[in-house]
Amino acid sequence: MTRLLYYPGCSMSGTARGYASSLAAVAGPLGLDLHEVPDWNCCGASEYFSIGPLQGYALIARNLALAEREEGLDRTVVAPCSQCFVNLAKTARYLHTDPAFAGRVNDALAAGGLSCTPGAVDVRHLFEVIVHDVGMDTIRARVTHPLRGLRVAPYLGCLVTRPDSGERWREKEHPHAFDQMLEALGAEVVDYPPRTDCCGGHLSQISPSMGLEMLRRLLDAAARLDVDVIATLCPMCQMNVDLYQSEVNRRFRTRYHVPILFFTQLLGLAFGADAAALGIGSEVVSARAALAKIGVEVPEPEAPEPVAAGARPRKPRPGRGPELPMPRMPDPEEAEE
Amino acid sequence: MAGGNGVTAQAVDHAFLAEVMASVPGDSRLGQCIQCGTCGGSCPSAADMDHTPRRLFAMVRAGMRAEVLGSNTPWMCVSCYYCAVRCPQEVHIPDVMYGLKSIAAREGRSPESAAPDFSRTFISNIVRYGRSYEVGLVARHYLRHFPTRIPGMAPAGIGMLASRRMVLRPHRIRDLRGLRAILGRAAELESGR
Repeated sequence: MTRLLYYPGCSMSGTARGYASSLAAVAGPLGLDLHEVPDWNCCGASEYFSIGPLQGYALIARNLALAEREEGLDRTVVAPCSQCFVNLAKTARYLHTDPAFAGRVNDALAAGGLSCTPGAVDVRHLFEVIVHDVGMDTIRARVTHPLRGLRVAPYLGCLVTRPDSGERWREKEHPHAFDQMLEALGAEVVDYPPRTDCCGGHLSQISPSMGLEMLRRLLDAAARLDVDVIATLCPMCQMNVDLYQSEVNRRFRTRYHVPILFFTQLLGLAFGADAAALGIGSEVVSARAALAKIGVEVPEPEAPEPVAAGARPRKPRPGRGPELPMPRMPDPEEAEE
Repeated sequence: MAGGNGVTAQAVDHAFLAEVMASVPGDSRLGQCIQCGTCGGSCPSAADMDHTPRRLFAMVRAGMRAEVLGSNTPWMCVSCYYCAVRCPQEVHIPDVMYGLKSIAAREGRSPESAAPDFSRTFISNIVRYGRSYEVGLVARHYLRHFPTRIPGMAPAGIGMLASRRMVLRPHRIRDLRGLRAILGRAAELESGR
């Protein structure tokens, strides 16, 4: 078991819940023992630098400072989200290469009783750790339910191989590690030209004309290649392709239906885990039909909460579709402090 | 020089280039730009920029402060780092864009409101909770900037709530006081105090 520090990032307990549950299911078989950095905070995504760069770096450095204090572990911080990864890695790099910058960041951290030692921790993306340290042979050896017949587009997005401040990739423009991983799972991997293109990041929220166009390009390439699913390693890419697909369809009068799953969900399926345990079924663009092709059953979406006693049940109207699932408040047990 | 035989250079304000470079950690290498245009040719969102990155950098060097800070180019940058890995001069382009955005935001010169406002809403949640808070973010942002998109997005949003991919209650970190002290001190340093 490799003991590593783990920085989940905000998405893992929200939009990328399926990434978190599938990672929990495959970490053991892959020999990864992940220890969450205590009391970590948001990395600021691509927003904090835009308003106050030094505040953005200090925000990120707090996580590095907390990680550095953990003892008895490999000094590697693993991030499953590409945006968190690039922010943490970039900050660690600048702390190491620019002493004046490190001094300013440490001045800020001191106000919260913390400090960072340049070079103390190494930041890596979860996908890169699995590709380079776990390796394809180990992955292949764990496969009990090959994904034979599933056509998959390997979509890396940006930030994993770019800017690559740790110099870990030989192929930055056209990496094939994702193809090899999915092939090791028995999937039929297509040559997906936009494999390292950007999903638009926050443009879906601030400039729909450009953001939705960038998503249309990704979906168009996938549809032309007739893929069953897109595989991703980033919560932001997953959310953009999944949540905004219907808006792309409305804007461009298209009829794309391309589910996007996390690579850990596909690893889990190939290792024989249950789809529900891997968080499959929570995607907006359902992967049910795609996975039925390989004999995987995806659970139906959660049934709406039963109507409270005394409340008048709504009369079903003829000609209407099924009721939409309704939001519910978190259970008191899982309410976070 | 007296005599008038030499050519006269037009006065250029070099202070702006220095200011932009100082807003980026490390050496941004912006002064090394050779105006090749690889950045704009690699940029996925260049079509919606009012100046390509290459032209914007020429404008920075020409001291065109008001035009640069009023440009939408930095706000359209998605920081995908394509330009950064392809730039033959290894200019830290996305970081230069962040630096430009922060100067423009500080001076209230940003060209349109949705992008800087999104950043501000996002970070106000971080200051409040220590974590991002999606429900609060999208609710405020869409109501303010894209109310017409809400009906179309509603079914997907309700699905996200039902599958608990969006949670109504924000998560707070334990040491919020420490985090706020760090951010406060960083803001002081940033404004030169």
